[in-house]
Amino acid sequence: MSYRVGERVRVADRAHEGHHRTPGYLKGKIGTVERVHGSFANPETRAYGADGRPEHALYLVGFAQRDVWRDYRGREDDRICADVYEHWLEEAG
Amino acid sequence: MSDHGHDHPHAPVTSGDEPPAAARARALEDLLVEKRVVRHEDVRQMIDWLVSRTPADGARLVARGWLDPEFEERLLADARAAALELGLDPGPSPRVVAVENTEAVHHLVVCTLCSCYPRALLGPPPDWYKSLPYRSRAVSDPRGVLSEFGVELDDDVELRVLDSTADIRYLVIPRRPPGTEGLSEEELAALVTRDSMIGVAQPLATAPAG
Repeated sequence: MSYRVGERVRVADRAHEGHHRTPGYLKGKIGTVERVHGSFANPETRAYGADGRPEHALYLVGFAQRDVWRDYRGREDDRICADVYEHWLEEAG
Repeated sequence: MSDHGHDHPHAPVTSGDEPPAAARARALEDLLVEKRVVRHEDVRQMIDWLVSRTPADGARLVARGWLDPEFEERLLADARAAALELGLDPGPSPRVVAVENTEAVHHLVVCTLCSCYPRALLGPPPDWYKSLPYRSRAVSDPRGVLSEFGVELDDDVELRVLDSTADIRYLVIPRRPPGTEGLSEEELAALVTRDSMIGVAQPLATAPAG
C-alpha cells in the first residue's frame, strides 16, 4: 500500500479500453485518501477470464464536490467518495 | 443443445413477449451451461439466495448497534464479523463497510457504474437505485435527490456520497430517532427502513402501524 490515510492523490486522467472501475467524472481530480481497504483482484483482467493477479491496493478517496462539479449546489465541505485502485492513483503533493 | 450430463428438461419457460435483455441472459446462461462453466441449478440457487435476503438483516445490525455502543464499534470496524456475531449471513465477497450518520455527517450510497449494493444484508436493490437518473444525480446533485426523497439536511450537516465503484459495499447506520429510549431491539429494528440504510431517508420516527 503506497498511499496513507490523509495523503493527497490524483486520479489518473487516462482512457482505458475495456472494463474498468474508475468513474470518468473523477479522472484527473485530486482527492484525499480516507481509507485503505486492502488488496483486491484487478477487475480489468478478471472481467476477461483471468485471475486478476497481481492484486492491487484499493483506497476510499474523498473529493470536494466543488472540485468535481463546477455548479455543485451544497456545502463547501460536501464530499464525493469512491473506491479507486492504486494503479489509477498518482501522487498529488 | 448438446447432450450433457444432467437430466432436467430444457424447454425454456418464456412467453412470446420476452424482453430482449431476458432472451440475451437466457442465451448466455445456456451457453455457459453448455461449456460447463456453470450449471442451471447453480444459477437458480444463487438467484434463490439473492431474493431470499431482506433489509431485516441490516435493520437488526443497526438496532443492535443503537442499543450497544460496543457492538456498533465492532460493526463499524468489521461489518462482516458483526453480522456473523448475530448469526446473520453476510454472503460471500464482496466486503461490507458500515458508515455512521451523526449530527454532523450524513452518508448517501450509490453505484454510478452499475448497481453494487450490500445485497446479502439488504436484499435486492430497489429499481430506482439501478436507474440512470439516480446513479447520475446522486453524485452530482445529492442534496436535490435527498430533497426529492423528503430529506432536508440541516445547514450544518456535511453530506458524504459514497460511490461503490469496486469491491466494497456500503451500509449506512442511520441516526437513532429521538424519543426511542426504552424500545427493544425488535421495536428499534422496525424503524430501520431499507432506504435509511442507503441514506435516502431517515429511519421511521414511530413504529409502523400493524
